[in-house]
Amino acid sequence: MNIIVCIKQVPETTQVQINPETNTLIRKGVKSIINPFDMYAIEEAVRLKEKFGGKTTVITMGPPQADAALREAISMGIDEGILLSDPAFAGSDTWATSYTLAGAIKKIGGFDLIICGKQASDGDTAQVGPGISMHLDIPQVTYVKKIEEIKGGSMRVERMTEEGFEIIETPLPALLTVVKEINEPRIPSLRGMMKARQAKIATWSQKELGLDSERIGLSGSPTQVIKIFTPPQRSGGQIIPGETQEVVDKLVELLKGEIN
Amino acid sequence: MPIQIIIEKCTGCSLCIKACPFDAIRIMDKLESSGSASDSRSHKKAVIDLDKCNLCGACVPACKLKAVLLEKAETAAPNPSLKDYKGIWIFIEQKQGKVQSVSYELLGKAQELAKKLTTQVSAVFLGNNVEDQLDELIWHGADNVYLVEAPELANFQDEPYTNVLVRLILEYKPEILLCGATSIGRSLISRVAVKINTGLTADCTGLDIDPEKKILLQTRPAFGGNIMATIITPRHRPQMATVRHKVMQPMAPDKRRQGKIIRESFDPYVYTSRAKLLDIVDEVETLVNLAEADIIVSGGRGMGGPENFKLLEELAKVLGGAVGASRAAVDAGWIPYSHQVGQTGRTVAPKIYIACGISGQIQHFVGMSSSKIIIAINKDPDAPIFKFATYGLIGDLFQIVPALTKKFKETLRK
Repeated sequence: MNIIVCIKQVPETTQVQINPETNTLIRKGVKSIINPFDMYAIEEAVRLKEKFGGKTTVITMGPPQADAALREAISMGIDEGILLSDPAFAGSDTWATSYTLAGAIKKIGGFDLIICGKQASDGDTAQVGPGISMHLDIPQVTYVKKIEEIKGGSMRVERMTEEGFEIIETPLPALLTVVKEINEPRIPSLRGMMKARQAKIATWSQKELGLDSERIGLSGSPTQVIKIFTPPQRSGGQIIPGETQEVVDKLVELLKGEIN
Repeated sequence: MPIQIIIEKCTGCSLCIKACPFDAIRIMDKLESSGSASDSRSHKKAVIDLDKCNLCGACVPACKLKAVLLEKAETAAPNPSLKDYKGIWIFIEQKQGKVQSVSYELLGKAQELAKKLTTQVSAVFLGNNVEDQLDELIWHGADNVYLVEAPELANFQDEPYTNVLVRLILEYKPEILLCGATSIGRSLISRVAVKINTGLTADCTGLDIDPEKKILLQTRPAFGGNIMATIITPRHRPQMATVRHKVMQPMAPDKRRQGKIIRESFDPYVYTSRAKLLDIVDEVETLVNLAEADIIVSGGRGMGGPENFKLLEELAKVLGGAVGASRAAVDAGWIPYSHQVGQTGRTVAPKIYIACGISGQIQHFVGMSSSKIIIAINKDPDAPIFKFATYGLIGDLFQIVPALTKKFKETLRK
C-alpha cells in the first residue's frame, strides 16, 4: 500500500503573541512545527505501512526551511520526503496550493491513499485536502476518526460529524483528512532520528513539476488578501466578589436576560 | 519577484516593519559604492525575506514613500463575463431532512447583502422528500429555492452533492455562494470551488459589499484569531465563502413572504458516488450539539475526574445547553473527544460559555473566544482565563456549579 502524506510547517501557535505597541504578531524566535493535525496523518500512514507494507512519502510546499518538517516525519517512520519549493509558489491560496500539491502527487504516481490533517493550525481553512482530491478526481472522506477495515481495494472508515459519526466505504485510491481521535502520534525513535538526519530530501521546483504557471503562486490564486488587521482584544471583565451564594445570585441576575 | 523595495525611494524609516504581520522585513545597511554620504541613515534600506513574506500587501499602504512595489496578479483584461453572474446563493444544509440552523443564519445575512447589491437571494436545497421545509426557507429570506430531489441526495455525500452544485452554478451563474463552515459545508464547498475554478474563503466572521466595486468583502480570523484578514475574489465567480454556526443572525420569519420554487433534476450518473455512506451514528447524548448550542458549560482539569462532569450536565440541562471540555479533560479520558473545544477540537461561538476549572490556555481560548459572554469559574485567581472572561467567579466549582444549577432552576421556572 503506497501512501502519500501532505503536511504543512506552521508556527507553534502557543507562542504567537501580539506586540502591544505595533499590533503585529511577534514571530521572532517562534519555533516552526509540523501542523498538529498532520502528525495524526503521519502516524496513520506509518501504522498502515507497518500493517500492509508498501511505501510512505511525505510532501510539503514551503520555503527551504520546511525541510525540517519532512525530516521530522521521516524520524517517525515515513520513508521519503519531497519538498516543493520555489519563489513562484509564494502567495498561493488554497486553490493554488491544492493544485501544486496535486501536481506533485501525480508526478510521484502509483499511490493508493493520500492522508492530510483535517486543517492547518495557522490558516484553519480545511480546504486544501478536499481541493487535492478534486484536482486528482478521486473520492475523499473528511474528518476521519477511525479506519475500520481495508480489503479488496477499498476501505471502510468512520467520519466525524457534529452529532456523531458516519460509516463510509470508499474505493482506493482515495484521500482522507484525519482528526485527532484517530491515533496517538509516536515519539521518534533514536534510529528514526538518525535516519532522518541522513535522509536525502528531493526538492521540486516549478521546473520539475511543469505546472501551468497561471495556476500557481499569487497569480494562480483566485482570492486576494486586501487588508490585515488586529482584532480588538477581548479585555478581561469583572470579577464578581463575595461568598458562593452571593456570587451565584449576582451572576444569575446578570445572565437572566440572555437566556430564553 | 512579486514584491520588492524600490531602493531609491526607501529611507529605512521602518514603518513597513511595523505593518508586517509576518516579521518578514528587516532594515539592513546597504553598502553604497560612493561612500560619500555623510548621513548614515540614508544607507539603511528595507529588505524583504521572501521565505517569510506572504504577499499580503500590508506594507504597501504603510510606506509613506511608496517604496514597496507589489505586483498585483491582475490578468491582462478583467473577465467581461463576470457581469453575467447575478444573485446570492445559500447552500442549504439538511440532515435527515431537517434544515440546519446555520442555513437560516446565512439566509438572514444574504438578505442584508442582497439589499446592497439590489439582487435576489436563492436557497439551493438538495435532499429527498424535503418539500415540507420550503416555506420555512422562504419565510427566512429566500426569494427563490432551487430544489433538487433524488433518493441518492437524501443524505450528504461529497460526490453527488458536488456534481449537482457545480451544474447548477454553471447554469444559473450566481455572483456569491455562501455555505456553513460545517463538516458538510467545508468538505463539499472546497471541491466545488476547485471544480468551478473560483476562490473560497473559510470561516468568515464578517461579510460585506464594497460600495463602489460591488464585490464581496470576506473577513476572517487567522493565526487562531490573532489577526484578521479581509479577502476578495476579484476575477472569478461566484465569490464563495463559508461561515460558522452562530456568527450571523437569522431574520425573524415573515410568513407573508413569497418565493419561487425552481425544480431541477439530472441524469442518474450525476447522482452516483464512488464513496458509499453505509450508516449514520448519532452519539449526542443530550439534545443539543456543541456547534449549535446557545449555551455551553465546559469543564477542564479542575473537574478532577469523569464522575464530576455530571455536575456540568445538570447545569447544561437546566439552561438548555451542551457540555464541552478542555483538552486536558479529554486527554485524561474523562469525556469523549467530540466534546473538546479548542485548537485541536471544535470552535464554538455560543451566547454564553461557562468555563469550569479551565485555566484558559491560548489553545482553548482560540476555540471559544467568539462567545458573546464568557464566565470563568476557577479557584486559582491567577488563572489566565480571568484575563478575558466577561465575568469571573473565584472559588470552588464544586460549590458554585450546583448552586448555579439550583438558582437557575428557580429563576427560569418563573
